[in-house]
Amino acid sequence: MTTRQPIPGTTIFDGDQAQKGYALNKMCMSFNDAANRAEFLRDEDAYCARYGLNPRQRAAIRHRSVLELIAAGGNIYYLAKFAGIFGLDVQDIGAQQTGVSKAAFQARLLAEGR
Amino acid sequence: MARIIGCITTSHVPAIGKAIANGLQDEPYWKEWFDGFKPVHRWLAEEKPDVAVIVYNDHGLNFFLDKMPTFAIGAAPEYQSADEGWNIPTVLPFTGDPALSWHLINSVVAEDFDVTMCQEMLVDHAVCNPMALLWPGGDPWPVRIVPVEINTVQFPLPSAARCYKLGEAIGRAVASYPKDLRVVVIGTGGLSHQLDGERAGFINKDFDRKFMASLTDDPAWATRFSTVELVEQTGSQGIELILWLTARAAIGGVREVAANYHIPISNTAAGMLLLEPVA
Repeated sequence: MTTRQPIPGTTIFDGDQAQKGYALNKMCMSFNDAANRAEFLRDEDAYCARYGLNPRQRAAIRHRSVLELIAAGGNIYYLAKFAGIFGLDVQDIGAQQTGVSKAAFQARLLAEGR
Repeated sequence: MARIIGCITTSHVPAIGKAIANGLQDEPYWKEWFDGFKPVHRWLAEEKPDVAVIVYNDHGLNFFLDKMPTFAIGAAPEYQSADEGWNIPTVLPFTGDPALSWHLINSVVAEDFDVTMCQEMLVDHAVCNPMALLWPGGDPWPVRIVPVEINTVQFPLPSAARCYKLGEAIGRAVASYPKDLRVVVIGTGGLSHQLDGERAGFINKDFDRKFMASLTDDPAWATRFSTVELVEQTGSQGIELILWLTARAAIGGVREVAANYHIPISNTAAGMLLLEPVA
């Protein structure tokens, strides 16, 4: 049984997702360590191979695409550590996923407050 | 006997830690949020708690998907923060209160809450930012802490109703502790926000306001919703309101001493409440 329910634009990170994304999330968890972040940047292919990413996960990492990474089983808390390597924050990620500029994404949030 | 003197709930957005580290508290973007804590600082200076029981969620610092506890209680003499991968500044270590931790563990397990017991535990921004908001400077931190961690990463998550009952059990555990201690219970995270998916940026002001108001007069209100219903109403990460609910359930009748609600902090509708027990 899964807990999946149809909430638009939302992936519930259930047991199915956690199994599918285990290698990818484990790699992203390793980015808590600055030495690992540097190692990834030095040789991305070797680093991904070491964690056993499948072709879909490897492509999503190559594309730096958060939506693709989620579809490949990535969990946003671990993906945020991957984004951190490139100095991207949650607003950059939000803009990328919603297909707008960061300024537009921020303006939308500010508008919610008015 | 130990006594809960209040309940404080606050958002823990990572950007808050960066704002503090860069001294941005008086910048227009931040001022309203940080100013909201002034009455809380006055209250803390008068009430002088000895210990903070802090209910939070780990975001991939101490726990990973290899072993994911639903509920975990820290029983360490000291808790450190560490690099979370995106350059959030670390803070000075927190002193624990192992004797109180073990009393809480013994008490809640006796009430059938089978918690994971942690003698080593790194604490992330969900502990550090609320602590820095409540006790700016934190050198040294004026309270000892007992961290209570709840899984909000890997579904199935504990239901709001279950978290509420855990909070009640924590309240009874503190009340039965024989030492004279003044305890503040803190719940962190929320309110509505969503970081992932095409729905990123989702905020629900109406629900947040209803939830905040419910914590004074009708604290079990949110327990009527399933986890997925709460995600729908508050966003994937808005589900952190279960941490507020757990903390709130540790005390009975309350009055509101201070409240703040501000949109946005980063991607989040940020909230803060200070509640005090009424006799």
